[in-house]
Amino acid sequence: MKKIEAIVRSEKVSDIRNALEKINYTGLTLTQVDGHGNQKGTIQKWKGVEHKITIIPKTKIEVVVDDGDVEKIVETIADEARTGELGDGKIFVYAVEAVMRIRTGQKGACAL
Amino acid sequence: MNGFKVFLVMAFVIFGVFAGPCAFGQETALKIDTGDTAWVLICSALVMLMTPGLAFFYGGMVRKKNILSILMQCFIILCVISIQWVLFGYSLSFAPLKGFWGGFSWFGLNGVGLAPYADYSSTIPHQVFMIFQGMFAIITPALIIGAFAERMKFSAFLLFTVLWATFVYDPLCHWVWAMGGWLRNMGALDFAGGTVVHVNAGIAAIVTALLIGRRKNLDSNVPAPHNLPFVVLGTALLWFGWFGFNAGSSLGANGIAANAFVVTHTAAAAAGLSWALLEWLRNGKPTMFGVASGAVAGLVAITPAAGFVSVIPAIVIGLLVSVFCFTAVSVLKPKLGYDDSLDAFGVHCVGGIWGAIATGLFASKAVNPLGADGLFFGNPKQLLIQLIAVVVTILFSAVGTLVIYKVVDILLGMRVNEKEELIGLDLTQHRERAYTVLE
Repeated sequence: MKKIEAIVRSEKVSDIRNALEKINYTGLTLTQVDGHGNQKGTIQKWKGVEHKITIIPKTKIEVVVDDGDVEKIVETIADEARTGELGDGKIFVYAVEAVMRIRTGQKGACAL
Repeated sequence: MNGFKVFLVMAFVIFGVFAGPCAFGQETALKIDTGDTAWVLICSALVMLMTPGLAFFYGGMVRKKNILSILMQCFIILCVISIQWVLFGYSLSFAPLKGFWGGFSWFGLNGVGLAPYADYSSTIPHQVFMIFQGMFAIITPALIIGAFAERMKFSAFLLFTVLWATFVYDPLCHWVWAMGGWLRNMGALDFAGGTVVHVNAGIAAIVTALLIGRRKNLDSNVPAPHNLPFVVLGTALLWFGWFGFNAGSSLGANGIAANAFVVTHTAAAAAGLSWALLEWLRNGKPTMFGVASGAVAGLVAITPAAGFVSVIPAIVIGLLVSVFCFTAVSVLKPKLGYDDSLDAFGVHCVGGIWGAIATGLFASKAVNPLGADGLFFGNPKQLLIQLIAVVVTILFSAVGTLVIYKVVDILLGMRVNEKEELIGLDLTQHRERAYTVLE
């Protein structure tokens, strides 16, 4: 089992969710995050004081999937998230050791 | 359910028992004008609302960890100065003694009854005048908060405020507005408090900002407003309340009130627009924060002039105040390096000085026969009187604030220590957190 962690533009999240739903992946976790990679940000100016806005808000999407589905899902997310501009984001894949469905106590791949 | 109904019935009975006699109460004078009284009472409520409005105006500008400290400072002023006012503040400010202040003859509102007091307002109960003025006495010290935001100790702040209200606000109020006040007798025109409120608080602001010092890590960690919608909400409440502040200062529902209302609104509008245009030119984009700041500056500037100038001068006053305040805030402050955190000096002092001078330029007896003519209406002497009033205000406020600051600093220490400043005032001064992390 693998966790796919995608940090994407917040305005792309709806498209990504719809695309995942089309291929029958409905579970996901969203977090509002702030950060930056190579994106430069902008300079805000109030009352003569400059504020460099280099910390940029994005959305982090986390899904845990079977090993065999990793590539399909990564491609689906990337296709929807891509604009071609700086700031499209990154996708990371992690190994997941164990999974449990809390309601039933099921463990392993059937808990996904 | 049952208990609640019983409570309701009891409440009505008790209310009826006590309200009955009061309804036939203590009205004596035939001269009380119901329109004037209703108007000034409503205006008093409007001005009261400006203090919480200011709390949000300032509160949105500070870092998240300090919002409660701003709200707290404003609300505690509302509590403590209200008491100070009815006990002795009103007496010191308005009792008709010539000299430093009015004395204690009206301690605890002794002699301040429900009949009109002709020297101040002949058509409304004396207590209405008193409570209306009380709201001014409350908001003036609250304006200073902007200068020392995010670093003042609460205990010191409380003592400083009470002393400042008693020894700086009350005397100055007395000189400008009371019977026997020497600036009033000299002919200084200050309709609703350009000098008494704004220049006064603004000078206190720059003095305290210089004495308390800059916030830590200001250059590496430029603080941004944590909640601009609060700032805008606060601005809206201030603009609304300012109708009471200025139009209520006519002390009657009359033509002067109408004039004050119209020019107040127009000056605010012109100033908001002006600041937006300035930002557009200088920074490339107009901002919400800029329009809000501009509008407040406009309201400050029109305050001394509201009952004396007409609408075209009001537009000029508004357009220009943003130029002066914008310059003070974005050019002067960075250059000179003082940390007037929320621009209490840059907006209230600079705006108030311009307003007082503008009154000396644009005042017209055609608007208000009880006022005077200004420079542009053939009377240069008024401008001189206005300048004297401004200079006196600046000197008195500066010296008074300095002395009080030093005294309180020795007794309690004004500034929090570095660790407390980093953690934030909400947690360190009030052991309180505004926004919970967990449910």
